[in-house]
Amino acid sequence: MTETEIRTTVLRLLGDVAPEADMAALKPDKRIRDQIDIDSMDALNFLIAIDAELGIDIPEADYPKMTTLDNIVAYLSAKAG
Amino acid sequence: MAEFVMPILGADMEAGTLVAWRKQAGDRVARGDIIAEVETDKADIEVEVFLDGVIETLLVREGEKVPVGTPLAVIREEGAAPGAQPVSPASAPALAARPAPSAAPKAARRVVSATAGAAPVSPAARELARELGVDLAAVVGTGPEGRIQRKDVLAAAHAPREAPTAVPAAAERQARMRQAIAAAMSRSAREIPHFHISSTIDMTQAVAWLREENERRPIAERLLYGVVLLKAVALALREVPELNAVWAGDHPEPRERIHAGIAISLRGGGLVAPAIHDADTLSLTQLMSSFRDLVQRARAGSLRSSEIADPTITITSLGETGAEAVYGLIYPPQVALVGFGRLTDRVVPVDGAIAVRPTIVATLTADHRVVDGHRGSVFLAALDRLLQEPSTL
Amino acid sequence: MQRMTYREAVRSALREALAADPSVFLMGEDVGRYGGAFAVSHGLLAEFGEERVRDTPLSESTFVGAGIGAALNGMRPIVEVMTVNFSLLAMDQVLNNAATLRYMSGGQFNIPLVVRMATGGGRQLAAQHSHSLEGWYAHIPGIRVLAPATVADARGMLLAALREPDPVFIFEHATLYPMEDEIDERAGACDIRCAAVRREGTDVTLVASGGSLPKAMTAAETLADEGVQAEVIDLRTLRPLDMETVVASVVKTHRAVIVDEAWRTGSLAGEVSAQIMERAFNALDWPVQRVCGAEVPTPYAKHMEDAALPRAETVVETVREMVR
Repeated sequence: MTETEIRTTVLRLLGDVAPEADMAALKPDKRIRDQIDIDSMDALNFLIAIDAELGIDIPEADYPKMTTLDNIVAYLSAKAG
Repeated sequence: MAEFVMPILGADMEAGTLVAWRKQAGDRVARGDIIAEVETDKADIEVEVFLDGVIETLLVREGEKVPVGTPLAVIREEGAAPGAQPVSPASAPALAARPAPSAAPKAARRVVSATAGAAPVSPAARELARELGVDLAAVVGTGPEGRIQRKDVLAAAHAPREAPTAVPAAAERQARMRQAIAAAMSRSAREIPHFHISSTIDMTQAVAWLREENERRPIAERLLYGVVLLKAVALALREVPELNAVWAGDHPEPRERIHAGIAISLRGGGLVAPAIHDADTLSLTQLMSSFRDLVQRARAGSLRSSEIADPTITITSLGETGAEAVYGLIYPPQVALVGFGRLTDRVVPVDGAIAVRPTIVATLTADHRVVDGHRGSVFLAALDRLLQEPSTL
Repeated sequence: MQRMTYREAVRSALREALAADPSVFLMGEDVGRYGGAFAVSHGLLAEFGEERVRDTPLSESTFVGAGIGAALNGMRPIVEVMTVNFSLLAMDQVLNNAATLRYMSGGQFNIPLVVRMATGGGRQLAAQHSHSLEGWYAHIPGIRVLAPATVADARGMLLAALREPDPVFIFEHATLYPMEDEIDERAGACDIRCAAVRREGTDVTLVASGGSLPKAMTAAETLADEGVQAEVIDLRTLRPLDMETVVASVVKTHRAVIVDEAWRTGSLAGEVSAQIMERAFNALDWPVQRVCGAEVPTPYAKHMEDAALPRAETVVETVREMVR
């Protein structure tokens, strides 16, 4: 998967947990949770969806690495190889 | 001059037989008068004429079968002078005479008025429609004469629903929800003598245990730390059962079963607190799964009434970004509320030295008619103790 | 358990009744020396003698009347009228005496009379000898009318009829006599107040009796191959009718077809249909249908007789229309 495809997927899955949020307005380098109302349950659901769709399992220890759109995409791209 | 033609009386009708004329040449007709009886494959149908006038000529004999659209009669519309319309000599004399009696009555066929109202419905179909709440006017009948039968009602009942009527504007829904919350909270403040006691709980053990546990689990089964809090509260309630009660007008009624109401914020604003039943008996995995399901349904608006009505206590957590502590209002007729502030590092004394540990402030808000500070403290102590041994949860 | 024919089952019931009760005797045309027009009473004269097995003159009115008289006087006669076709000659005795004397005597007299008759067509016996008139008898208050359609009922119903204090008329469809089945040869009287569900189903109720039952069963099998599950009810008692069983079935299936060999107009099928309508109106998804004999004197030529009487195929076609 290319980085662009990963980014598109991430945005779509984020949109699934936060349907009322405007993904187009999301600043990619700022903390997502400062921009969209997502709680820990939403975050978990998002990660489960990532795992289901991209086959990438994210250990809890790595959660702090995934706070902005940019670093999420970077992390996933690295894992996807 | 207008023509009365063989009408299409059924979607697949190609031709019809003019069984009988009900009017003769020279008759005055008014809109809605039955002018002829036409036979189709399915029934004999009385056909109306749609204008006012006088029948000039009948063009088709009784018993003749003609394709749909064939002119059957010429009608002089009211007000027009008698037409100079040439009439084919062959037909005129034949039609002027009274036609011979038509064939023997078809005893088996029913003459159906083409302007008949709703389709016939079998008694069983009518009963079923009533049972299922199906509107018969919207059902297509596949029986003889368009009769609606049970299978037609069943088909209509299972047909994909029309797109639901437009969801009320978010603002309107918001307003209604706010009103409901306002009413409940006002009542709570008015009637319940609240008191609050709080405790700062060291969450080192709990956080470490959870991390390790989640490392082991596949992502779909990982536990949120809120579920750990939930279980600890449920178990602590067993030690101070008077907190798991409902206020019955003038006295508390303790409840056997612990149904933990979870405060869930709704996207776009608003709050519901539906119950996870028997929370003290569920494993953490089960609690997590119930919790996830509740949150999803709460946000989708599909909670069950038992979930709304049943909580015996409510737990609210401000999660990771909220304030330090919660001093909430009890949801009547419950008698207590347990609140958790955000998980954050604090400086705590450990063995006389300064240490930094992840902690939360747990607050018990209770109804002073039911319980006093001492019992409240016992509850918080139990909660603390349970959270120090998360593997026992 | 023993395998026997319908005819043998009736015979075995006769034998048992004659042996058990000296007040029971059999009377009718050719029942003695000839062994019965349908060989039902074969051997009984030899076994029980002339007093108990009595050949009568060719006079239905006389010997049915005599049977009424004997019953009035405490005997338990079994009168065999060769076929329902000839019973017309005894109709006055049946209607105005057998059915009515108990009432007219203010309950002083019971008439424990059992009359057996062969009935129905299908054997090329032509217009005068092929009637199905059990419906006429079922019209009369004061008597019971039974139609055994199975070998077990052929035996059990006769024994049950002999226990009744009032007249019982048993109609044996002539085509059933050679029918074979395994039955408990020691079973006694059976129930004579209830209809029987001979085959369970959910899509349509087929109501039949006597000689029409096998046709209904055949139709049900054909329909099952087409995915339509028919429930088949054997009426067994034509007067009084067990409408409870029929209605319960129609409430389940929502459709009913009544198979009756008699002519459609004024048939017992009409009575059953009216009662279904009265009692199960809201359950009906389709008008109740009747498959009856054609409204003609029964033909002699085989192909014409076959066309004039109800057939399994007609029942199947009727049901197909209803479930389309």
